[in-house]
Amino acid sequence: MNQVLAHRLMVVDDSNVIRRRIERVQDLPNVEFIGAARNGIEALEMQQQLRPTIVTMDLTMPEMDGSECVAALVQRDPEVRILVISALADKLTAIDAIERGASGFLCKPFTDRQLNDALRKLIED
Amino acid sequence: MSPESEIGVFVNGVLHYFDTTVQQVAECGTPYLALGRSPEVSDYTGMIRISGKRDGVVFFTAPKSMLCVMLMRMQETDMSHDNLCDLVGEIANTLSGNARRDFGRQFSISVPSVVHGRNAVMEYPLNTRAIVIPIEWRTYHARLVVCLN
Repeated sequence: MNQVLAHRLMVVDDSNVIRRRIERVQDLPNVEFIGAARNGIEALEMQQQLRPTIVTMDLTMPEMDGSECVAALVQRDPEVRILVISALADKLTAIDAIERGASGFLCKPFTDRQLNDALRKLIED
Repeated sequence: MSPESEIGVFVNGVLHYFDTTVQQVAECGTPYLALGRSPEVSDYTGMIRISGKRDGVVFFTAPKSMLCVMLMRMQETDMSHDNLCDLVGEIANTLSGNARRDFGRQFSISVPSVVHGRNAVMEYPLNTRAIVIPIEWRTYHARLVVCLN
Protein backbone atom coordinates (compact mmCIF):
# COMPACT_ATOMS: atom_id res chain seq x y z
CA MET A 1 0.00 0.00 0.00
CA ASN A 2 1.27 3.47 -0.86
CA GLN A 3 1.75 5.65 2.16
CA VAL A 4 1.02 9.34 1.64
CA LEU A 5 3.73 11.46 3.15
CA ALA A 6 2.15 13.91 5.60
CA HIS A 7 3.61 17.38 5.83
CA ARG A 8 3.41 19.14 9.16
CA LEU A 9 2.56 22.84 8.81
CA MET A 10 3.46 25.56 11.31
CA VAL A 11 2.22 29.13 10.71
CA VAL A 12 4.25 32.11 11.96
CA ASP A 13 2.59 35.53 11.83
CA ASP A 14 1.91 38.27 14.38
CA SER A 15 -1.61 38.73 12.97
CA ASN A 16 -4.22 36.43 14.47
CA VAL A 17 -6.45 37.01 11.43
CA ILE A 18 -3.72 35.76 9.10
CA ARG A 19 -2.77 32.80 11.31
CA ARG A 20 -6.37 31.62 11.48
CA ARG A 21 -6.96 32.25 7.78
CA ILE A 22 -4.00 30.14 6.70
CA GLU A 23 -5.08 27.35 9.05
CA ARG A 24 -8.64 27.54 7.70
CA VAL A 25 -8.05 27.77 3.98
CA GLN A 26 -5.13 25.46 3.40
CA ASP A 27 -6.75 22.38 1.91
CA LEU A 28 -3.95 20.19 0.64
CA PRO A 29 -4.78 16.58 1.48
CA ASN A 30 -1.30 15.70 2.68
CA VAL A 31 -0.77 18.74 4.92
CA GLU A 32 -1.57 18.70 8.63
CA PHE A 33 -1.75 21.99 10.54
CA ILE A 34 0.18 21.50 13.78
CA GLY A 35 0.45 24.96 15.33
CA ALA A 36 0.91 28.70 15.03
CA ALA A 37 3.42 31.13 16.50
CA ARG A 38 3.14 34.89 16.91
CA ASN A 39 6.81 35.75 16.43
CA GLY A 40 10.21 34.25 15.73
CA ILE A 41 10.99 33.37 19.34
CA GLU A 42 7.77 31.38 19.70
CA ALA A 43 8.46 29.72 16.35
CA LEU A 44 11.84 28.46 17.50
CA GLU A 45 10.33 27.09 20.72
CA MET A 46 7.55 25.38 18.80
CA GLN A 47 9.93 23.93 16.25
CA GLN A 48 11.59 21.86 18.97
CA GLN A 49 8.26 20.52 20.23
CA LEU A 50 6.31 20.09 17.00
CA ARG A 51 8.97 19.33 14.35
CA PRO A 52 7.22 21.04 11.41
CA THR A 53 8.27 20.06 7.90
CA ILE A 54 6.78 23.16 6.25
CA VAL A 55 6.42 26.67 7.66
CA THR A 56 4.69 29.86 6.51
CA MET A 57 6.60 32.88 7.76
CA ASP A 58 5.71 36.56 8.04
CA LEU A 59 8.67 38.95 7.95
CA THR A 60 7.70 41.97 10.03
CA MET A 61 7.11 40.71 13.55
CA PRO A 62 8.03 41.79 17.09
CA GLU A 63 10.62 39.96 19.26
CA MET A 64 12.40 38.26 16.36
CA ASP A 65 11.62 39.12 12.74
CA GLY A 66 10.94 36.60 10.01
CA SER A 67 14.27 36.88 8.19
CA GLU A 68 16.21 36.06 11.35
CA CYS A 69 13.81 33.26 12.17
CA VAL A 70 14.09 31.71 8.69
CA ALA A 71 17.87 31.46 9.09
CA ALA A 72 17.58 29.98 12.60
CA LEU A 73 14.95 27.39 11.61
CA VAL A 74 16.96 26.24 8.60
CA GLN A 75 20.15 26.05 10.63
CA ARG A 76 18.42 23.73 13.12
CA ASP A 77 16.63 21.69 10.46
CA PRO A 78 18.03 21.99 6.91
CA GLU A 79 15.13 19.89 5.59
CA VAL A 80 12.40 22.32 6.68
CA ARG A 81 10.75 24.18 3.80
CA ILE A 82 9.68 27.74 4.47
CA LEU A 83 7.20 29.88 2.53
CA VAL A 84 7.66 33.56 3.34
CA ILE A 85 4.32 35.42 3.23
CA SER A 86 4.83 39.15 3.46
CA ALA A 87 3.45 42.50 2.36
CA LEU A 88 7.02 43.61 1.67
CA ALA A 89 6.58 43.19 -2.04
CA ASP A 90 9.94 44.29 -3.42
CA LYS A 91 12.38 41.92 -5.09
CA LEU A 92 15.22 42.63 -2.66
CA THR A 93 13.11 41.41 0.25
CA ALA A 94 12.27 38.20 -1.58
CA ILE A 95 15.88 37.61 -2.57
CA ASP A 96 17.04 38.19 1.01
CA ALA A 97 14.51 35.67 2.31
CA ILE A 98 15.61 33.06 -0.24
CA GLU A 99 19.25 33.67 0.61
CA ARG A 100 18.51 33.06 4.28
CA GLY A 101 17.01 29.69 3.45
CA ALA A 102 13.37 30.23 2.49
CA SER A 103 12.04 28.04 -0.32
CA GLY A 104 9.25 30.31 -1.58
CA PHE A 105 7.74 33.78 -1.37
CA LEU A 106 4.08 34.86 -1.46
CA CYS A 107 2.99 38.50 -1.36
CA LYS A 108 0.20 39.71 0.91
CA PRO A 109 -2.62 40.12 0.22
CA PHE A 110 -3.26 36.67 -1.23
CA THR A 111 -6.25 34.66 -2.36
CA ASP A 112 -7.05 31.22 -0.95
CA ARG A 113 -6.01 29.69 -4.25
CA GLN A 114 -2.69 31.55 -4.31
CA LEU A 115 -1.93 30.25 -0.83
CA ASN A 116 -2.71 26.66 -1.74
CA ASP A 117 -0.75 26.89 -5.00
CA ALA A 118 2.26 28.27 -3.14
CA LEU A 119 2.07 25.53 -0.50
CA ARG A 120 1.72 22.87 -3.19
CA LYS A 121 4.76 24.22 -5.01
CA LEU A 122 6.68 24.29 -1.73
CA ILE A 123 5.99 20.61 -1.19
CA GLU A 124 6.52 19.45 -4.76
CA ASP A 125 9.74 21.33 -5.55
CA MET B 1 7.03 59.85 -9.51
CA SER B 2 4.32 62.52 -9.58
CA PRO B 3 2.14 63.18 -6.50
CA GLU B 4 -0.82 61.76 -8.42
CA SER B 5 1.09 58.55 -9.09
CA GLU B 6 2.13 58.35 -5.43
CA ILE B 7 -1.51 58.55 -4.38
CA GLY B 8 -2.33 55.95 -7.02
CA VAL B 9 0.05 53.49 -5.36
CA PHE B 10 -1.96 53.67 -2.14
CA VAL B 11 -5.38 53.62 -3.83
CA ASN B 12 -4.44 50.60 -5.92
CA GLY B 13 -3.06 48.89 -2.82
CA VAL B 14 -6.37 49.24 -0.98
CA LEU B 15 -8.48 48.18 -3.97
CA HIS B 16 -6.20 45.18 -4.57
CA TYR B 17 -6.64 44.19 -0.91
CA PHE B 18 -10.39 43.96 -1.39
CA ASP B 19 -10.01 42.09 -4.69
CA THR B 20 -7.82 39.39 -3.21
CA THR B 21 -8.91 39.10 0.39
CA VAL B 22 -12.67 39.47 0.33
CA GLN B 23 -12.81 38.82 -3.41
CA GLN B 24 -15.23 41.64 -4.12
CA VAL B 25 -14.57 44.89 -5.90
CA ALA B 26 -14.27 48.08 -3.89
CA GLU B 27 -14.53 51.41 -5.63
CA CYS B 28 -12.69 54.64 -5.24
CA GLY B 29 -14.85 57.75 -4.92
CA THR B 30 -13.92 61.29 -5.88
CA PRO B 31 -10.90 62.47 -3.89
CA TYR B 32 -11.12 65.81 -2.08
CA LEU B 33 -8.93 68.07 -0.02
CA ALA B 34 -9.65 68.23 3.67
CA LEU B 35 -9.84 71.98 4.03
CA GLY B 36 -9.70 73.83 7.31
CA ARG B 37 -9.74 70.83 9.59
CA SER B 38 -8.33 67.38 10.00
CA PRO B 39 -10.15 64.57 8.24
CA GLU B 40 -12.44 62.54 10.46
CA VAL B 41 -11.36 59.08 11.43
CA SER B 42 -13.70 56.12 11.72
CA ASP B 43 -13.82 53.28 14.26
CA TYR B 44 -10.53 51.61 13.29
CA THR B 45 -7.56 53.20 11.57
CA GLY B 46 -4.38 51.61 10.25
CA MET B 47 -1.59 54.09 9.62
CA ILE B 48 1.92 54.29 8.21
CA ARG B 49 4.40 57.14 8.51
CA ILE B 50 6.58 58.18 5.61
CA SER B 51 9.80 60.13 5.76
CA GLY B 52 12.67 60.95 3.46
CA LYS B 53 11.97 62.62 0.15
CA ARG B 54 8.43 63.29 1.38
CA ASP B 55 7.15 63.36 4.99
CA GLY B 56 3.74 62.56 6.30
CA VAL B 57 1.14 59.94 7.08
CA VAL B 58 -1.11 57.63 5.10
CA PHE B 59 -4.00 55.87 6.75
CA PHE B 60 -7.00 53.70 6.01
CA THR B 61 -9.93 54.28 8.33
CA ALA B 62 -13.08 52.15 8.36
CA PRO B 63 -16.21 51.57 10.43
CA LYS B 64 -16.47 48.49 12.63
CA SER B 65 -19.44 47.19 10.63
CA MET B 66 -17.42 47.15 7.41
CA LEU B 67 -14.47 45.35 8.99
CA CYS B 68 -16.80 42.77 10.55
CA VAL B 69 -18.32 41.96 7.16
CA MET B 70 -14.86 41.74 5.64
CA LEU B 71 -13.91 39.20 8.30
CA MET B 72 -17.09 37.27 7.58
CA ARG B 73 -16.18 37.20 3.88
CA MET B 74 -12.86 35.70 4.95
CA GLN B 75 -14.83 33.02 6.85
CA GLU B 76 -13.58 34.37 10.16
CA THR B 77 -16.04 33.92 13.02
CA ASP B 78 -14.18 35.91 15.66
CA MET B 79 -15.13 39.59 15.36
CA SER B 80 -13.21 40.62 18.47
CA HIS B 81 -11.59 44.02 18.90
CA ASP B 82 -8.16 42.40 18.48
CA ASN B 83 -9.12 40.84 15.16
CA LEU B 84 -10.58 44.11 13.89
CA CYS B 85 -7.31 45.84 14.81
CA ASP B 86 -5.43 43.01 13.08
CA LEU B 87 -7.43 43.44 9.89
CA VAL B 88 -7.03 47.21 9.60
CA GLY B 89 -3.35 46.74 10.48
CA GLU B 90 -2.98 44.25 7.63
CA ILE B 91 -4.48 46.76 5.20
CA ALA B 92 -1.97 49.36 6.39
CA ASN B 93 0.73 46.70 6.11
CA THR B 94 -0.18 46.27 2.46
CA LEU B 95 0.07 50.03 1.93
CA SER B 96 3.50 49.94 3.52
CA GLY B 97 4.65 47.04 1.34
CA ASN B 98 3.42 48.67 -1.88
CA ALA B 99 5.08 51.95 -0.97
CA ARG B 100 8.41 50.23 -0.27
CA ARG B 101 8.21 48.45 -3.60
CA ASP B 102 7.17 51.44 -5.72
CA PHE B 103 8.82 54.41 -4.03
CA GLY B 104 12.31 53.02 -3.67
CA ARG B 105 14.94 53.98 -1.17
CA GLN B 106 14.25 57.71 -1.23
CA PHE B 107 11.46 57.01 1.24
CA SER B 108 11.53 55.46 4.69
CA ILE B 109 8.27 53.79 5.64
CA SER B 110 7.27 52.83 9.16
CA VAL B 111 5.80 49.62 10.45
CA PRO B 112 2.00 50.08 10.53
CA SER B 113 0.24 51.20 13.68
CA VAL B 114 -3.43 50.94 14.59
CA VAL B 115 -5.63 53.40 16.47
CA HIS B 116 -9.16 52.78 17.67
CA GLY B 117 -12.05 55.20 18.08
CA ARG B 118 -13.51 58.16 16.26
CA ASN B 119 -11.90 60.57 18.71
CA ALA B 120 -8.39 59.41 17.92
CA VAL B 121 -6.06 62.34 17.30
CA MET B 122 -3.84 61.99 14.27
CA GLU B 123 -0.60 63.94 13.95
CA TYR B 124 -0.22 65.56 10.56
CA PRO B 125 2.89 67.22 9.17
CA LEU B 126 2.84 71.02 9.17
CA ASN B 127 1.86 72.95 6.06
CA THR B 128 0.12 70.07 4.37
CA ARG B 129 -3.43 69.37 3.31
CA ALA B 130 -4.75 65.89 3.56
CA ILE B 131 -6.24 64.30 0.47
CA VAL B 132 -9.20 62.09 1.30
CA ILE B 133 -10.11 59.26 -1.05
CA PRO B 134 -13.50 57.65 -0.32
CA ILE B 135 -13.44 53.85 -0.56
CA GLU B 136 -16.85 52.29 -1.18
CA TRP B 137 -17.50 48.60 -0.66
CA ARG B 138 -21.01 47.12 -0.65
CA THR B 139 -22.95 49.66 1.40
CA TYR B 140 -19.97 50.64 3.53
CA HIS B 141 -17.82 53.74 3.40
CA ALA B 142 -14.17 53.88 4.38
CA ARG B 143 -11.55 56.51 3.67
CA LEU B 144 -7.96 56.48 2.55
CA VAL B 145 -6.17 59.61 3.72
CA VAL B 146 -2.87 60.68 2.20
CA CYS B 147 -1.11 63.61 3.85
CA LEU B 148 2.39 64.17 2.48
CA ASN B 149 4.38 67.39 2.20
